[in-house]
Amino acid sequence: MPNATIIALIPLLPLAGFLLLGLFGRKYLKNSSGIIGTALLLTSTILALYTAYEYFFVYGKVNGIYQQLTPLKITWLEFSKGVSIDMGLMIDPISVMMLVVVTLVSLMVHIYSIGYMKGEERFSTYYAFLGLFTFSMLGLVLSTNIFQIYIFWELVGVSSFLLIGYYYNKPSAVAASKKAFIVTRFADLGFLIGILILSYCSGTLDFATLIQRLTSPESNEFKTAVTYSFLGASALTWGAALVFIGGAGKSAMFPLHIWLPDAMEGPTPVSALIHAATMVVAGVYLVARLFPVFAITTPAVLEIIGWVGAISAIIAAVIACTQTDIKRVLAYSTMSQIGYMMFALGVAKYGAEPALGYTASMFHLFTHAMFKALLFLGAGAVIHYIHSNDMKDMGGLRKYMPITHITFLIACLAIAGVPPFAGFFSKEEILLAAYQNNMTIYWIALITSGITAFYMFRLYFSIFWSKAHHAHADHPATADRHGEGGFVMMLPLVLLGVGAAAAGFIPFGEFVSSDGKSLESHFHLQFSILPVALGVAGILLAMWFYLKQNDRPAKLASSLGVLYKAAYHKFYIDEIYLFITKKILFNLVGRPAAWFDRNVVDGFINLTGNTTQAVSEGIKKIQSGKVQQYAIYFLGGVIVLAVLFIYIWK
Amino acid sequence: MTLEPGLYHLLFISTALFFIGVYGFFTRRNLITMLMSIELILNSVNLNFITFDKYLWPGKMDGLFFTLFIIAIAAAEAAVAIAIIINLYRSHQSIDVENAEDLKY
Repeated sequence: MPNATIIALIPLLPLAGFLLLGLFGRKYLKNSSGIIGTALLLTSTILALYTAYEYFFVYGKVNGIYQQLTPLKITWLEFSKGVSIDMGLMIDPISVMMLVVVTLVSLMVHIYSIGYMKGEERFSTYYAFLGLFTFSMLGLVLSTNIFQIYIFWELVGVSSFLLIGYYYNKPSAVAASKKAFIVTRFADLGFLIGILILSYCSGTLDFATLIQRLTSPESNEFKTAVTYSFLGASALTWGAALVFIGGAGKSAMFPLHIWLPDAMEGPTPVSALIHAATMVVAGVYLVARLFPVFAITTPAVLEIIGWVGAISAIIAAVIACTQTDIKRVLAYSTMSQIGYMMFALGVAKYGAEPALGYTASMFHLFTHAMFKALLFLGAGAVIHYIHSNDMKDMGGLRKYMPITHITFLIACLAIAGVPPFAGFFSKEEILLAAYQNNMTIYWIALITSGITAFYMFRLYFSIFWSKAHHAHADHPATADRHGEGGFVMMLPLVLLGVGAAAAGFIPFGEFVSSDGKSLESHFHLQFSILPVALGVAGILLAMWFYLKQNDRPAKLASSLGVLYKAAYHKFYIDEIYLFITKKILFNLVGRPAAWFDRNVVDGFINLTGNTTQAVSEGIKKIQSGKVQQYAIYFLGGVIVLAVLFIYIWK
Repeated sequence: MTLEPGLYHLLFISTALFFIGVYGFFTRRNLITMLMSIELILNSVNLNFITFDKYLWPGKMDGLFFTLFIIAIAAAEAAVAIAIIINLYRSHQSIDVENAEDLKY
């Protein structure tokens, strides 16, 4: 059986790190905080790997089905008998998989940051925040009920806010952190209402009970829930859709994605951890967690999820082709890949074989965490060396940073879906799932995968090939030195590189499927030809454009004209948001509300204040300071009362 | 023939004492004298309590206890009042109540 202490320690150790470094770090542990944070996380990672091993190979499987276990459950707030909010730990295939992903990537980022963040003023604060984030994310994946997941959901939002705004003296970082917080908060409002609807309909917050009640048409809760409806859709559909809005906000799905590119203002390792590998997939995780509800009860919402995912995937991929900030390219690529995971869930159906999309989505989440974290850390190493985020300042770095070059290439090949790297396997499964259920989405996905290969290799060639690199004239000290960032920065790159190259060989369907039974993953050679060919075509196209510096990209951009400009400006989505908020909301709602506040609400308050003052001006003469006069008033009052009591109110 | 005082005698004395106290409180200008008048009022109340206790509810101790409480409170009140009077004297060099009229709004 699972050991509750060990599992509870996995999130609690990073929390301990947060408290320790947050309280004492700046004063006493200034130089050792990196080591302390990393050591705590290393322990967590070992425990997580141990738990995963035990779960998948020792006790998790009963009669060929992976069980959902809750080794720990504490009643936290009991409102009345039977109505309580619990805290607990839930162990099932996806939560164990997420435990491994989160701790591994977090560990890599911790190690990497020792080098990357060296000499920062708020070094220990940085590690404290990383600990807080890791704790929250682990708590999120281990949640047993929908309210607990909401608490941790907000906690990861806060830690993301803190880490994006880490360079708080940079106005753009402050703006980005606020934007991320407000946009995701706005989406979380939907999530909260969705939670209320779903828990009201099912009468419980607990995931297992909720799913069981809302998916079986015989249960009483289901029978009453289907009778509620609003604006032509049932309450359950609304609830599920609102929960998905929360997930879409966190996972940067179109049109709530605007915060993700700006979030790149944070330190690069943070982008690797939060905005590539873990937090942004929380939305996917949430949909997967409630998958039976979506698939059985509200298939309409699941279809919306599929379309939102597909649209996000292709829009982000197109925008990524035009950006020149390397982190922004990666941000859009993340959004596109999460779109993949979302529509993979969207095209899945409940059951054994039709739920291939579920397994594929989780598989892609796993491999994506590896190669995208690697890409970000690689980009971090490049930025560390060049001191710029812009592609135009880079080129020809392959001789200066050989390790970064090789690992970055592996990650690019993985994301482009070239066999035998990790991304190939998971992307193949997603495409297969889409092919079986929705041809339109399949074609969107196929085109996106070609574009993905193109923009990733555009990035790769622009950084490592293109023009020759002129060793820093303005940094004479580094001119003759190798551009790598030292051992602590190379180790995570190499480890993640191994992961990105080999993670695809894990027989994922064995472990993760929608119903716990193992799923055979079929491998169709003829099916793979088209996506791989498109991927290779994308790579060759990128090579033709960007291997050597030439004027072909500029020519192409000018020949595409309006289209290129629209993509370069991210399809003006930010501007649309600004227009809606500033012009429409502020003028039509904000100003009248401000007028109402200033004139009606404040007016009423001032009226009461002024009345009181005028009355007291009038009667203050009574208070003359003559004690004996007061005594006479008092005596008179007593006599009047006595007369009243004795003769009138007998 | 013994001169046993009856209920009405004692109530008469108590009432007289009360109004003497009230009169003194309203007419005197010296704060100490006013304090003494208050003591008279309080003692008239005490007397009233004891009288009712003895003649109307003999054997019950409620009146006695009230009286004891009032004595204790009167002592405390006297202490506070004298402290105030001393402070007033220090700042105004007088304990005349009319000099304390600036203690208003």
